[in-house]
Amino acid sequence: MNTVETFRTGLEAVRAHRLRSGLTVLGITIGIAAVILTVGLGEGAQQQVASQISSLGANLLIVTPGSTTGAGGIRGGFGSASTLTVADATALASSTVAPDIAAVAPTVSRSETLTAGTANWTTTVVGTDPSWLSVRARTVSEGRFLTQADLDQHAAVCVLAPTTAQELFGGRDPVGQTVNVAGVPLTVVGVLTSVGASGSSNQDDQAVVPLTTAATRIFGGTNRNSVGQILLEATSGQTLSAAYQEADDELLALHGITTPASADFTIQSQQSLLTTATSVDRTLTVLLAGIAGISLLVGGIGVMNIMLVSVTERIREIGLRKALGATPRVIRRQFLVEASVLGLVGGVLGVGLGLVGAVALPHLVHDPIAISGAATAGSIAMAVAIGVVFGVYPASRAARLAPIDALRSE
Amino acid sequence: MSPGPTVIPAGRSRAGAWGRDAPPVIELDGVTKTYRTGSLEVDALRGISLAIDEGEYVAVMGPSGSGKSTLMHILGCLDVPTGGVYRLAGEDVSTLDETRLAEIRNRRIGFVFQQFNLLPTLSAWRNVELPLVYAGVERHERRERALAALDRVGLTDRVEHRPGELSGGQQQRVAAARALVTDPALILADEPTGNLDSSSAADVMGLFDELHRAGRTIVLITHELEVAEAAERTERIRDGRIVDADGPGAGERR
Ligand SMILES: Nc1ncnc2c1ncn2[C@@H]1O[C@H](COP(=O)(O)OP(=O)(O)OP(=O)(O)O)[C@@H](O)[C@H]1O
Ligand SMILES: [Mg+2]
Repeated sequence: MNTVETFRTGLEAVRAHRLRSGLTVLGITIGIAAVILTVGLGEGAQQQVASQISSLGANLLIVTPGSTTGAGGIRGGFGSASTLTVADATALASSTVAPDIAAVAPTVSRSETLTAGTANWTTTVVGTDPSWLSVRARTVSEGRFLTQADLDQHAAVCVLAPTTAQELFGGRDPVGQTVNVAGVPLTVVGVLTSVGASGSSNQDDQAVVPLTTAATRIFGGTNRNSVGQILLEATSGQTLSAAYQEADDELLALHGITTPASADFTIQSQQSLLTTATSVDRTLTVLLAGIAGISLLVGGIGVMNIMLVSVTERIREIGLRKALGATPRVIRRQFLVEASVLGLVGGVLGVGLGLVGAVALPHLVHDPIAISGAATAGSIAMAVAIGVVFGVYPASRAARLAPIDALRSE
Repeated sequence: MSPGPTVIPAGRSRAGAWGRDAPPVIELDGVTKTYRTGSLEVDALRGISLAIDEGEYVAVMGPSGSGKSTLMHILGCLDVPTGGVYRLAGEDVSTLDETRLAEIRNRRIGFVFQQFNLLPTLSAWRNVELPLVYAGVERHERRERALAALDRVGLTDRVEHRPGELSGGQQQRVAAARALVTDPALILADEPTGNLDSSSAADVMGLFDELHRAGRTIVLITHELEVAEAAERTERIRDGRIVDADGPGAGERR
């Protein structure tokens, strides 16, 4: 018997038992749609959190002057002088002192009005060093970022965030143009890639200048070595707490503080701010995956049941087909076709339903749904496997019986 | 009771005249069949030795439960003996693998079941064409041959009916048509006229006569003397043993 005939026979059997085939397909469809949607919801939530974290700079620690108060706010340092210095940043950058800190970016910032030709725009001017780019996980879309040479030479250069560039230069290319900040003309050397607004601060609206230039030429001030913040990047997500510890120890030592409670600085992790949200999302994902697994299991058991019953009540048919000359192989193939057709149709319908749900559901619950290719492929494979195992296995066992034994079975 | 198993010398049949080098189509040697259901054992066949030559027309008679169907299933390679040897055209069937057995059932044997065994979801002609499907015959040829076979059993006007829409006799004739459609050399029929009125029965018996004249080997089970009389030879079974090898009426003489 050739393949075409095998398919025809298999499909005929599917058609001959319409209700049963329909129920089997329905079970698979619902199971798969449920898996796709629930896994998608969980992944969507996780992706949202992950993108929030990465937009703030992955593995980021922020050292700020002053100490935390019990209520979680930050109390200002003594007077206006900052307790953090460039020397602190330099010490933390040493790989022997803090091996788990990959990069250090000291920053000073202040709101300034920038002018370019007739346009003016008030924004945050950040003085920092070249590490800032990687610490904040930013990239440059045009031109270049600050270099160590800029820093050494107190160069009159700046890098604009995209919104700032748009406000000052409209559609024109800002690279090479001049911006005046507090009377100091700065050459625009690059534009940052947009990351979107995050939280209270708009990451797309700022101007970045060399720390030295900011300290000596723009902001001025009495203590040119003090910095507003020190941004630290841990070598990885796993070493974040080690990096925290190293920074804490080193700064306490540098500042000559023996009791950690009286520290004149605070180290915060961006991740720590999001930890609660992440863990909630992770719980949600596990819960959803569990529900998806259970629904697939229930659907799978339903399918197994239908397939088993279907094969059992067709053992007579198998016996007859054998008596008329079908080999066990042909019988197996017939049931394989039947089971895979049911599994595949159910799988494809399930994916279709899942995709429709993924488009429709966010409008209702305002949660993003990420369709995971692995979950989709996995659940289809699962559906086909369920059909095949529970359709073909009993059929192939029946095909091994002597025809008359199969014919006699009731 | 009955004497022990009797070996039928091949020379007694007409086809045997073709010479010793042509082995009997069917050769049973001390075949036994024991059914086990739980702890219960039923000896359905207790040592059957029998030879049937090519072209012979043999009737098997015996009381209900004597093992006729069991014997027939073994002859048709639908079941395997518990003991003894069954040689089909000289080949010991216990040495054949599943694929070869399937091929034998498909090409060489036409089996008419006592219970018809038609597939309820298929129409009459689709039931009849089934053996041809497994023989790899092309689709339109299958239909032609199935319709021709149904025509031979007088069911031209019922080809699209499903078994459930046919009378018992009509179903039996569909089953007969299915056995004939591959034009097999060996036809095994388990009470092929059991559900037929005398005129349909006569039609089917006429068909067997025709096949016999065309050189087919035919073994049929029957309860009816006049059916057995159509055959050349009658084997009588009682309690799983062959009791007499005489022609029809042998039972009455005892
Ligand atoms: N599958 C089975 N399991 C157990 N016993 C069986 C089985 N099939 C047949 N038998 C027993 O074997 C014996 C022979 O049965 P078989 O069907 O061969 O009889 P038969 O001669 O064809 O009878 P009938 O004329 O009524 O069709 C019976 O006693 C029957 O009960
Ligand atoms: Mg019987």
